[in-house]
Amino acid sequence: MRDHSFAPSRIWIYLVVTLIAAAWLAPLAVVVLNSLRSNEEIAQGSMIGWPQHLAWSNYPAAWSGFCVAETCSGIRPYMLNSALVTIPATIFSTLLGAIAGYAISLWRFRGDNWIYGIVTLGLFLPQQMRLLPWTIVLRDIGLINTLAGLVLIHTIQGLSFTTLFCRNYYVAIPHELIRAARIDGAGFFRIFWRIILPLSGPILIVTVIWQFTHIWNEFLYGVTFTTGQQQPVTAALIALSAAVADIPQHGVQSAAVIIAALPTLLIYLIGGKYFVRGLTAGAVK
Amino acid sequence: MAALSIRALSKRYANLEVLKDIALDIESGEFTVLVGPSGCGKSTLLNIVAGLDYPSAGTIEIGGRVVNDVPPKDRDIAMVFQSYALYPSMTVRQNITFGMECRHVPKAEQEKAVANVAKLLQIETLLGRKPSQLSGGQRQRVAMGRALVRDPLLFLFDEPLSNLDAKLRVEMRMEIKRLHQRIGATIVYVTHDQIEAMTMATRIAVMHQGRVQQFAEPDTVYRYPANLFVARFMGSPPMNTIPARLEAENDGLVVVIGAGRPDEIRLRLRDYDGAAPFVGRDVVFGIRPECIAEGSRAFSNDAPVLVDAPVDMVEPTGAETMVSLRLGGETAMARISPDIRPVPGASASFALDTRRVCLFDPETERLIA
Repeated sequence: MRDHSFAPSRIWIYLVVTLIAAAWLAPLAVVVLNSLRSNEEIAQGSMIGWPQHLAWSNYPAAWSGFCVAETCSGIRPYMLNSALVTIPATIFSTLLGAIAGYAISLWRFRGDNWIYGIVTLGLFLPQQMRLLPWTIVLRDIGLINTLAGLVLIHTIQGLSFTTLFCRNYYVAIPHELIRAARIDGAGFFRIFWRIILPLSGPILIVTVIWQFTHIWNEFLYGVTFTTGQQQPVTAALIALSAAVADIPQHGVQSAAVIIAALPTLLIYLIGGKYFVRGLTAGAVK
Repeated sequence: MAALSIRALSKRYANLEVLKDIALDIESGEFTVLVGPSGCGKSTLLNIVAGLDYPSAGTIEIGGRVVNDVPPKDRDIAMVFQSYALYPSMTVRQNITFGMECRHVPKAEQEKAVANVAKLLQIETLLGRKPSQLSGGQRQRVAMGRALVRDPLLFLFDEPLSNLDAKLRVEMRMEIKRLHQRIGATIVYVTHDQIEAMTMATRIAVMHQGRVQQFAEPDTVYRYPANLFVARFMGSPPMNTIPARLEAENDGLVVVIGAGRPDEIRLRLRDYDGAAPFVGRDVVFGIRPECIAEGSRAFSNDAPVLVDAPVDMVEPTGAETMVSLRLGGETAMARISPDIRPVPGASASFALDTRRVCLFDPETERLIA
């Protein structure tokens, strides 16, 4: 039964919700509006305001024309860098997390809970704490200032989360399924590919969205371990604002920010409903 | 040849001993039911036989081969689970062929085997469906199909009927029994339902607290329960077990219930010579509810054994009337004709079949005679 009456308490609820939403959306609105204003317009007026003329040219400029650190290629190469880091790291960390979660939840072995505890401990270690160890590791294996190095970092760092999520999803799968498959003669990986993976849709969508968003938006590792042409877009955006310190280019910068945010927005728009559903879904039934 | 031999098997989890010195020999073609209350170790035992769990000590032989170190898939067994454990993302056909696929059976052979089993279980029309599109009974059939298609030395059933509703359970019970008669397979079947055990088994192993209490044909288990636990577990309602005293009178034995009370009951026993050493001592007197009937019932051609007893409660079930009565002050259940309704609170006459009673040692709880 739906209540169509409009009690005074409802007004308060709407008011509060609207205020919170406005507070959250205000920065986005400013950036979107500025991405459509010319630099002159912003310079003459205030940072906040409606576009007088729609300056669509900010977007192509941000995409491929703008100069960052003496290279005038816009943010396009950095977007490509981000994609080259994010896509493989998302796939690797999700797959490895699924296998680890499957092993921990459905195959009892000595010390399984310890391993699970140690893996998920990674969730609670601050990122800054891991910078130095990673510096040493990347230096020793020769991956400093490479995209492969970032892929490695994000794959490993992502494991804590992906393992946690997959494990919590898989514990709801009846163990009898594994037993039946073992009697049928299937081994660890065959059971994973043929029985567990086909059941994993919701949780894989959740982990992929989560990993993609986090890796794409990640800044600290990107800015620490890569320079110049190897930087992901988040780090490049900072370089962009630094490079134009003399003449403010807020319009182009805003457009660049919007472009850089688009992939994660798209992922969320496409997979968002699965994300919410997957977070609450049980594995079978 | 013994299809399954279990010797001196025990299982310990940390300090908890869940199976103690189990020894069972199961002949080829037998339908053995392991029955007992939850926590008695029956499912653990089955898992150990399947190779899904490991014994702490003892050996398991399947078809004359020690399989302690053989993985489940190589034990030549098939198992049906309580939850059916059908692979949710596969069709019925794929569920049935998955095992053959793992064993690299040629496709043509797989097709033939599926067709045979589908026909046997009448699931031909379901082969293209997913488990979620099946009813409980259909899932049960598919689970059995998955086991049958393997044609193993040994079938293991782990409470396969307990997720079904009562009516379907009775149907599937008969179906499994019919299947056993038809294909002559060796089956080890775990259940907590003593009626399933009685109706299906060729031999029953009653388990309690990690031990096999009795391993015998259903009739023997019912008629001569090895101890008080078995007497009280098998049968519904269970055997009445009443504290009593054994006395000698003339040249026979007499069981005295409620000795010294005004309503003391004395029952003469014939052919219970094995109980002679217990004369003058306390015993537990066991009598099945169906051995207490209305006074007009003649159990044999001999003079009837009649007692007058106060009636506590009457439960008509339609097929019979269950009566709770007091024998020498002790509560007992009687199973009388459906059309007879004694009045609660009043006394009624009951006939006792004293040829089929049991006597137990109250200390060891073992059957005396």
